Amino acid sequence: MAELKVSNVTKSFDGKKIIENISIEIHEKELVSLLGVSGGGKTTLFNVISGLIPPDSGSVLLDGEDITSKPGNVSYMLQKDLLLPYRTVEDNVALPLLIRGEKKKTAREKVQPYFAEFGLEGTQKKYPAQLSGGMRQRAALLRTYMFSDRLALLDEPFSALDTLTKSAMHRWYLNVMEQIHLSTVFITHDIDEAILLSDRIYILGGKPGRIVDEIRIAEAKPRREDFNLTDEFLRYKRRILEKIEQ
Amino acid sequence: MKRKLQNTTSKLWSAAAIVILLAVWQIVSAAGWVPNYMLPSPVDVVKAFVSEFPLLMENAKVTLAEAFLGLASGVVLGFIMAVLMDRFGRLYQALYPLIVITQTIPTVAIAPLLVLWFGYEMLPKVILIVIVTFFPITVGLLNGFKSADKDMMNLMRSMGAGNLQIFRYIKLPGAMSYFFASLRISASYAVVGAVISEWLGGFNGLGVYMTRVKKAFSFDKMFAVILLISAISLLLMKLVDLIQKKCMPWENKK
Repeated sequence: MAELKVSNVTKSFDGKKIIENISIEIHEKELVSLLGVSGGGKTTLFNVISGLIPPDSGSVLLDGEDITSKPGNVSYMLQKDLLLPYRTVEDNVALPLLIRGEKKKTAREKVQPYFAEFGLEGTQKKYPAQLSGGMRQRAALLRTYMFSDRLALLDEPFSALDTLTKSAMHRWYLNVMEQIHLSTVFITHDIDEAILLSDRIYILGGKPGRIVDEIRIAEAKPRREDFNLTDEFLRYKRRILEKIEQ
Repeated sequence: MKRKLQNTTSKLWSAAAIVILLAVWQIVSAAGWVPNYMLPSPVDVVKAFVSEFPLLMENAKVTLAEAFLGLASGVVLGFIMAVLMDRFGRLYQALYPLIVITQTIPTVAIAPLLVLWFGYEMLPKVILIVIVTFFPITVGLLNGFKSADKDMMNLMRSMGAGNLQIFRYIKLPGAMSYFFASLRISASYAVVGAVISEWLGGFNGLGVYMTRVKKAFSFDKMFAVILLISAISLLLMKLVDLIQKKCMPWENKK
């Protein structure tokens, strides 16, 4: 659990500005969505936060420590589960620990308790190809969490799933987050998903991408089952749509 | 169950084709359309195989030893080359054309030179086998390394993995199926390479035996040794399949 502070980040590729002057903050245990159209610079911002690419200007602070251009501090999960097909689920999940230099046996032992918590009980010895898409995403999230429990960056983690699996995953996700309280930045272009899961939403818009609005979702967590059918939900949605269309 | 049945029927077809071919061959020889000394009948070949069996085995031992030694060295060399060429782009640019050129030189042309340089013992044979077997391994592994998923590597980097860890956890296991495809080719090359190198000089081995029976016009024995060489190649490929299944358990669980 940690606090992330991104200040005035600008990044261009080939002379073309992709994101401009972006400042966002994520507080402890908060789930913050970054909502915007595809190609709007969300993933670029993510790569800057994760330290994979250096920004042209601006900085990224995690708990006050400057982590600009320094990979290895925040965990990362993509739409593709990126589980290694030749490792069992438990060995995939334990991978971050192995990279950190832990012994195989201790790494395996350390990941065991989380399988139940993540609804993955019984999949330890299976290979990713034997799991459904939803289960693979769960395993990928667990791996993300095993890497760092400070801050997770999730880049459209559920967007490749079918609608029914997706809403099941949302319920599962909110449930897991009730227990592990991971500070999370969540990229999505799905407005419903953003409102359903987030404490706050940043709307990324324009070219180059800027933060055009910040919306706090006041609905308490754990959220009621039918939150997405309420008037408040629709009011949030209308406000977001207006901002995106501008 | 159904799959198994399908598998058996497809095997039945290939078995039938072989049986028909043998039958036609037997009829052609028995009818005397082709003189027996030029094309011995399958029955003659089997008879020769049985009567020559101890001698064949003795020579096969030598050939197999050369093949294994050459293949093992070829795999090690091929592996080292692939790793280095994958790691250092310049080395790849410098060596790749050279490696391709080594493969354009006909084996039969280079074998007598190797005999000239290294004598009639095992060394020139092993060297020849290394030359023919390392290439598929190098090319296969290089392709395998290069096919590693970029997102996967980025993810590993974001977790703080270094080059060595990326190699160990992503590139190497990801290249396994490429490696085994190459190993299957190299294994059959190794046997053929050993026989060819024995043709051109040596004291024993299946190639030497082959030259000897050819000079004696014992074509039934000639066919017997061909049969044995094919059988050895098939067995080696099967062995590679088995090792692959053992090494890649995830492939059997889809």
